[in-house]
Amino acid sequence: MIKKQIYDVVVIGSGPGGLAAAAAAKKEGADDVLVIERDTELGGILLQCIHNGFGLEIFNEDLPGPSYAQRYIDECRELGVETMLDTIVLEVTPGRKLYASSTIHGFVEIQARAIVLAMGCRERTRAMIQIPGMRPAGVYTAGTAQRFTNIEGKMPGERIVILGSGDIGLIMARRLTFEGAKVERVLEILPYLSGLTRNYVQCLQDFDIPLQFEHTVKFIHGKDRVEAVEIAQVDKNWNYIDGSEETIPCDTLLLSVGLIPENELSRQAGVLLDPITGGPYVDESRETNVPGIFAAGNVVHVYDLADWVTLAGYDAGKSAAKYAMALKAKESAHIPVKAGNNVHHVVPHTINKQNLKDDEIELQFRVVRPIEDRVMIEVHDGENRIARKAARYARPGEMLTLVLKERHFADVEKANSLTVDVNPR
Amino acid sequence: MVEKRKLICVSCPVGCELTVTLDEDEIVEVEGNTCKLGLDYAEQEIFDPRRMVASTVKVKNGYHPLVPVYTEKPVPKPKIFDVLAELRKVEIEAPVKINDVVIENVVGTGINVIASRDLPKA
Repeated sequence: MIKKQIYDVVVIGSGPGGLAAAAAAKKEGADDVLVIERDTELGGILLQCIHNGFGLEIFNEDLPGPSYAQRYIDECRELGVETMLDTIVLEVTPGRKLYASSTIHGFVEIQARAIVLAMGCRERTRAMIQIPGMRPAGVYTAGTAQRFTNIEGKMPGERIVILGSGDIGLIMARRLTFEGAKVERVLEILPYLSGLTRNYVQCLQDFDIPLQFEHTVKFIHGKDRVEAVEIAQVDKNWNYIDGSEETIPCDTLLLSVGLIPENELSRQAGVLLDPITGGPYVDESRETNVPGIFAAGNVVHVYDLADWVTLAGYDAGKSAAKYAMALKAKESAHIPVKAGNNVHHVVPHTINKQNLKDDEIELQFRVVRPIEDRVMIEVHDGENRIARKAARYARPGEMLTLVLKERHFADVEKANSLTVDVNPR
Repeated sequence: MVEKRKLICVSCPVGCELTVTLDEDEIVEVEGNTCKLGLDYAEQEIFDPRRMVASTVKVKNGYHPLVPVYTEKPVPKPKIFDVLAELRKVEIEAPVKINDVVIENVVGTGINVIASRDLPKA
């Protein structure tokens, strides 16, 4: 399928924020809306969140992530949102040009009238929290393990320790228990839960999985594969408390230690980021500091619920559509002024119809060949003459002018283009 | 005999901490709830605790080797692992449509297990 080169709204990412933004943009009146997704199917991380709990706020239903995603995938399809899958956006410019690459479409260049950034967030890794120890296989972020287990059908391990009490960690504790693994322990360095209480109840308490607050991993043991983790209690300053160490044999350590908005593309586009959230500064319409670039969802700040990401996506999509359509109206107000018979060029090159009520417009031009006799200068719209002026001669070395006055404006208003001719009389 | 039990309501993401007062197997008071759902939850959780079960089943010739599934309604908590054991035995053929019934009346609960997404052929 050959894609257009210009879109009203381009949405980057097809998770809950991106899909909602695309649907909202269409509903708000944007004609051409494109979603670019780097995975081979729409839905983002919702596809691997097979547990229930989605849609309680919006649909008053308790849906699994994939079902929740599918409602918006279907809605986007019905509304005529275009999609580009398996495509990675390489760069976004402040002028809203996108460069992207994919195996299907090759290298593509797309101009957007408005952009919605909906890239979501990324998990913090072992390197980011600097856990000491060996570097064996078997240390995964909880989300990676979730993808292995729920989509690819591969178990990350059999005896699991989970560091961090974020929602994905809690959900994975239950999920891996369902699949026959033994979750030995969940550790949280803080004195309180990072995730939702309901997930503590449904994921840990229900299956007697022990949770320890103010505990962390002190050392990872294992040469090729994780063999054990040494854990320890910490004080208020996160220093290990001597004598609290305990070694837990396990083959897998999952990390659920926070999420970071994914903003490499935003930065390239000149979008200013809030150092506190790691996401763009946005106004109430979800517009960033770069005009026409909007952002919504976990790319702005990390949400607890996908439903809230959807609502933010609606706002961003709606605002993006308004911006794009206003820009489009302005663009279509511009008509070209062309060089016709014996005319070399004309300045101005275009006329903005929205300005016709203001001042007179002086057209400036030169002829191609000299005519040493009386000439007639004419401005027409291809069929009807709009203005004319006589001159005694026309020479390339001497610039000619013709002024469009208020009495001509009604005709200019109707024209799709203007042409200047200089003919012998 | 009067007994007090502490529960955390999981009806919504708020997670209210409930204190349920029981007298001879009858609920006489629920405290700590912020909406009506909490009362229903306490009643259900004390006498017939139930949970939604979401898992995956194997798919032949599918775009992915698995399709996610879930119980249409919460199933009795003591039956969770029986449901999972049944799901492990199942292998279905692609294409799968969302809400396709994967197992009818799973382990005699009267509840169906359904697919939570479309899964096209590979």
